[in-house]
Amino acid sequence: MSLADQAGPRASAGITKTAGPTSWIERIPPAWWAAALVLLAMPLVANNFWLFQVMGWTFILGMIAVSLTFLAGYGGMVSLLQMSIAGLAGYMVAILGPSGTTSISLGLSWWIVLPAAFLIAAIFATLSGALAVRTEGIYTIMITLAIAAAFFYFTRQNYTIFNGYSGFNLVLPPRLFGVDWRDPTAFYYLCLGCAALCYGTVVYVSRSPFGLALQGVRDNPRRMAALGFNVTAHRVAAHAFASIFASMGGILLVWQNAQIAPGTIGISSAIDVLVVAVVGGMRRPLGAFVGAFIYVMLQTFSPDILGAFGFSAERFKLIIGIGFLAVVLFSPDGVLGLWDRWRARTGRRVDPLTGQPR
Amino acid sequence: MEKFAKNHPLWTLVIALLVVAFLWLVLAPWPAELEAAVGRKRVFLNALLGGVTLGALYFLVASGFTLIFGLMRTVNLAHGSLFLLGGYIGYEVATYSGSWLLAFPVVFVVVGLVGLMMQRFIFSHMEGEELRQTLVSIGLSIVLADLMLWYWGGQSYTTLAPALLRGPLELPIISSINPTSGEAIYIRYPAVRVWILVAAIVIGLAMWLVLNRTSLGMVIRAGVDDREMLAASGVRIQLVFLAVFVFGAGLAGMAGIIGGTFQSLSPGEDTRFLLASLVVVIVGGMGSIVGAAIGAIIIGVTEQMGLVYAPTYSVVFTFLIMAAVLAFRPQGLLGAGR
Repeated sequence: MSLADQAGPRASAGITKTAGPTSWIERIPPAWWAAALVLLAMPLVANNFWLFQVMGWTFILGMIAVSLTFLAGYGGMVSLLQMSIAGLAGYMVAILGPSGTTSISLGLSWWIVLPAAFLIAAIFATLSGALAVRTEGIYTIMITLAIAAAFFYFTRQNYTIFNGYSGFNLVLPPRLFGVDWRDPTAFYYLCLGCAALCYGTVVYVSRSPFGLALQGVRDNPRRMAALGFNVTAHRVAAHAFASIFASMGGILLVWQNAQIAPGTIGISSAIDVLVVAVVGGMRRPLGAFVGAFIYVMLQTFSPDILGAFGFSAERFKLIIGIGFLAVVLFSPDGVLGLWDRWRARTGRRVDPLTGQPR
Repeated sequence: MEKFAKNHPLWTLVIALLVVAFLWLVLAPWPAELEAAVGRKRVFLNALLGGVTLGALYFLVASGFTLIFGLMRTVNLAHGSLFLLGGYIGYEVATYSGSWLLAFPVVFVVVGLVGLMMQRFIFSHMEGEELRQTLVSIGLSIVLADLMLWYWGGQSYTTLAPALLRGPLELPIISSINPTSGEAIYIRYPAVRVWILVAAIVIGLAMWLVLNRTSLGMVIRAGVDDREMLAASGVRIQLVFLAVFVFGAGLAGMAGIIGGTFQSLSPGEDTRFLLASLVVVIVGGMGSIVGAAIGAIIIGVTEQMGLVYAPTYSVVFTFLIMAAVLAFRPQGLLGAGR
């Protein structure tokens, strides 16, 4: 792969089209415009269930999964903590802000609650990340799983802060700008906006010096250390940075359900995030959202499909498990990897040297 | 040990004092002031014994996990599912045949076969891809958990121990002294738990002997240290892998019967025991049987003591121990530095 191959067409395009500030818009492929248009226009055709439950949950799960994709894809650290971080941010919104449990909730206003939730979740992520990066590879999975489980059991046992088994209910988003943000359309756009922001940020940061250094640390920590990069600091910073996306997802999740309880951050939910990220594909941040969409579609519609085949509707987990196994066994880079390979195969019909169809 | 005493006289003194204080706490009748401050001695002893027996159970689950990890670098996150599967099958066999002891060989064979299939048809095809193996084992655990929920439902099962092992057993440890007659009252503890502790110690010793005194053990230890070199020297390493995997799986299954007798079996126990073995192995050190034993005792006792003396924060203690070990000795207490 030579550099000239890459630079050639783009440079010539730049010359003919008089390179200007608008050129980055022209570089976005039409498929993206179509996707954006479909997503923006969805409230015109879709019903409230679809907007609020299916798409809202897809974006939220995608945001939590994209934080794992960032850590695992660019940092090489598979962490099962992202659901706990999301849950902690959600809990903080319920504890600091208003909720149905008035004996615990402080009822502060949103402009204190939201930054505090992000900050506390980021501190938790940094501390646990500092523990997790003391080990490598599969050890990281084990340690983050253990921390996630400890946090889950702690929230279930602790009644003074986390209100134990029952958690918090009636946690509603603030009425900003006179909009009821739990209204399906408003919530859909809120989630869409946050998800797009997360996606854009991940893509942008992955090309920034920090993101490039992080990928270097993933590929060869020893060489990066020899080049003068602080490997541990980069990894911990990645954990802290990824917590932002997870927290955003967690806060939206609390608002969507209007409640949070230990069940939300259980071990199976922590593993679900991993399933979503792996099924979508961890190579690119888009995979997290694709995986989330597949997961939510299965979760929503598998009872009907299972019922049609005479199975009990509760066997949804079995389908998820078998699907996950199939993806890991046959396409380790997820659904996006399948798509890429299919594209490569169809692309080969054109001769790479002459450009003539074979 | 002598070398340690010579090099660190101060630490030796501290450790000796702690051991003496601990023995005094266990063996001597407590004075009234101590009972007033901490609580009844019976409660303390029960928590301690409960912790040690729970540690024995954790050891049985975690030793297979740590062996498999040490030899094959496979983090088998379906280990907890094997535990639960063994418990359910043991329950079925024990209730069907009426023999509790018969359940052990049956479960060892059946769960060992499941392990054999997992290693032969799945894990051996992706050797060296540790992350992928871990992901596959997560997928397997999801599937197995749902299949078990399908067949056995959500209720909890308790396997009955045979009549021989039921009832309390008086241990030669003084619980308290009768203030009027001056007679010593000894602690009474469920016999089955004492026998489980004994069995775990026997199994642990047997494993240690096999690993350290036989040629098979030599091969396994060599594989833990450097499996490429072992394979190059002509050992059929795939067979060794299979044997260790089957043994670890079978042990987890047998631990399931014990878990079902000792507490109860229900969906969710698989993750509980998986996590327990994860923490035990992280604390004790990967691939070390002795480390697993020490870690299991530490975690078991901490958990029970925490439940008795600080119920809200019992999980946090376990977690703090793990964090402390990771912070100061990332390879675990007895893990080899890699």
